[in-house]
Amino acid sequence: MQKFTTLTGVAAPLPMINVDTDKIIPKQYLKTIQRTGLGKALFDEIRFNPDGSEKPDFVLNKPAYRKAKILVAGENFGCGSSREHAPWALLDFGITCVISTSFADIFYNNCFKNGILPIKLPQEDVDKLMEDAERGANAVVTIDLEKQEIRGPDGGCIKFDLDPYRKHLLLEGLDDVGLTLQKGSAIDDYEAKRRAATPWL
Amino acid sequence: MTKPRTLFDKIWESHLVDKQDEETFLIYIDRHLVHEVTSPQAFEGLRMSGRKVRRPEATLAVADHNVPTTDRSQGIADPESRTQVEFLERNVAEFGIPYFPVTDIRQGIVHIIGPEQGFTQPGTTMVCGDSHTATHGAFGSLAFGIGTSEVEHVLATQTLIQRAAKNMRVNVEGKLPLGCTAKDIALAIIGKIGTAGGTGHVIEYTGSTIRDLSMEGRMTLCNMTIEAGARAGLVAPDDTTFEYLMGRPMSPKGAAWEQAVAYWRTLPSDPGAKYDKEVTLNAADIVPQVTWGTSPEDVLPITGSVPDPADVHDEQHRLSMQRSLDYMGLTPRTKLSDVKVQRVFIGSCTNGRIEDLRAAAQVAKGRKVAPGVNALVVPGSGLVKHQAEEEGLDQIFIDAGFEWREAGCSMCLAMNADKLEPEERCASTSNRNFEGRQGRGGRTHLMSPAMAAAAAVTGHLTDVRDLT
Ligand code: SF4
Repeated sequence: MQKFTTLTGVAAPLPMINVDTDKIIPKQYLKTIQRTGLGKALFDEIRFNPDGSEKPDFVLNKPAYRKAKILVAGENFGCGSSREHAPWALLDFGITCVISTSFADIFYNNCFKNGILPIKLPQEDVDKLMEDAERGANAVVTIDLEKQEIRGPDGGCIKFDLDPYRKHLLLEGLDDVGLTLQKGSAIDDYEAKRRAATPWL
Repeated sequence: MTKPRTLFDKIWESHLVDKQDEETFLIYIDRHLVHEVTSPQAFEGLRMSGRKVRRPEATLAVADHNVPTTDRSQGIADPESRTQVEFLERNVAEFGIPYFPVTDIRQGIVHIIGPEQGFTQPGTTMVCGDSHTATHGAFGSLAFGIGTSEVEHVLATQTLIQRAAKNMRVNVEGKLPLGCTAKDIALAIIGKIGTAGGTGHVIEYTGSTIRDLSMEGRMTLCNMTIEAGARAGLVAPDDTTFEYLMGRPMSPKGAAWEQAVAYWRTLPSDPGAKYDKEVTLNAADIVPQVTWGTSPEDVLPITGSVPDPADVHDEQHRLSMQRSLDYMGLTPRTKLSDVKVQRVFIGSCTNGRIEDLRAAAQVAKGRKVAPGVNALVVPGSGLVKHQAEEEGLDQIFIDAGFEWREAGCSMCLAMNADKLEPEERCASTSNRNFEGRQGRGGRTHLMSPAMAAAAAVTGHLTDVRDLT
């Protein structure tokens, strides 16, 4: 997994609420057996017409945002299906940070497994960033994970919260299967205890 | 004296393996369900790192999302779907995981077959790379959906890294009115608390209405918990639960059964246990529900009318409502019962169990599907299908003009051939009415099986109470 330290790039505004994972990546793309290659289908039905041509009004189709690295979105982002294809599609497109007032739990969790930083902020901060993002390519934003701050185009700075364990994993680009396997003996002990207490399992 | 604990607290505490920091824990996973869509990359990850599956016997795999619901003797026509199912078959063989093949009578939707086989049990932790894993909470199992990276983590370690959830209680009291079902309770709750209302919480459903529900009804309710944003839903195990589980193929037997039941009886929340959030509903107030928009929280009683964005003050919400109505092709203030449908889908892990088919058949019996309407009945598993056929439900549906299909997810998410055409409107017993969920441009109205059957025979959204 890529380490996440700082990220500087254009932020795209998506002022929609309840953006569900079906919208981020519709089911016809879930037939893949790989993690990569989904970027071209990111936001498929709101980004493309049925004939495959682009919808010019959709933010990621506008020249200023075609290389956006950050997404600023409305509340309850990533709700619905657990598909990890949603963060895979964002990552493959090049978006590694999503900012919103709230995220659905599974999506939020899945982001960290893929080196994507989801940032939760109060409404007024999201409003401010949304406004900045409307300014397109002129509005380059820097995310500094170590310092837990977002530096805006006008020198403004917004602090964000993040739990230390997840921060550590992102900063180091760590895979948690490997970390957990180091705890093999704790798992063995637990299993032995559990077998005694609930032998029918 | 120890502090009174909730059902969630008890399951959580009995599964702690290790603590990473104040908020992060390693928890043990007793049961793992696997399907073809969210697992290929997880198995690939294991293979690439030379890892094994720690407890293949704690895992059960089945293909459900992609499978055709018509004749299966010819295999799967769609090459991508076929590849995914073939990959699953190769992976389960290589890693030694129990698997129900597509042609096995036990095949079906993961969330239907787990309970049906007795794989789902009270007091366990259970996961699946699928958000509707919440279904299994009906048995008092802490069951939740995970992403593919976590599927890999569970396969390799039989554990997961988790933060404790908060406790929320939804208390429903009283007798459910005629024509209302668990689906209506679920939709009414989501309408009340919203699709983010449960975020960060595990919801425990309590109250006399819940205790009176069958296991099928409890599964429908817990299944929809994820649509309220919660991680999991729970119902305390009781005699209804034990009766359902007794004698199932994977349920404990003999002395182990007695021992298990004794343990299961210790699980319900202690009197005085504290919840972080509480919501109460009066069952008598519930009216058959239908959704009008593109989020499950866009729900109203069937007696209502399409809402008007002009009445919404907050701009983001007004725009979102306008967008939903445009997508759904609905005009504000139209009576919901005047909305015509072209398709009907009865099935899914929400409402594809025997009781659901019985409820729909009761409405369909002696009636005919309205002209111009195509209606599908897709049982949740091969065993549900078999039982329905034993009871003659298939014939009732066929006589009424419904199509009777093989088990699978089908038009719940339209990954197989069953899908809506653009602008086609569907009365559906599934769980999500998101844009494009049942096919690009398709318009979904969520409701109970009886309500869906009523829409099939009248050709428009219908208050099932008017048909009796
Ligand atoms: S029936 Fe629908 S919700 Fe249930 S597992 Fe299948 S696709 Fe998911």
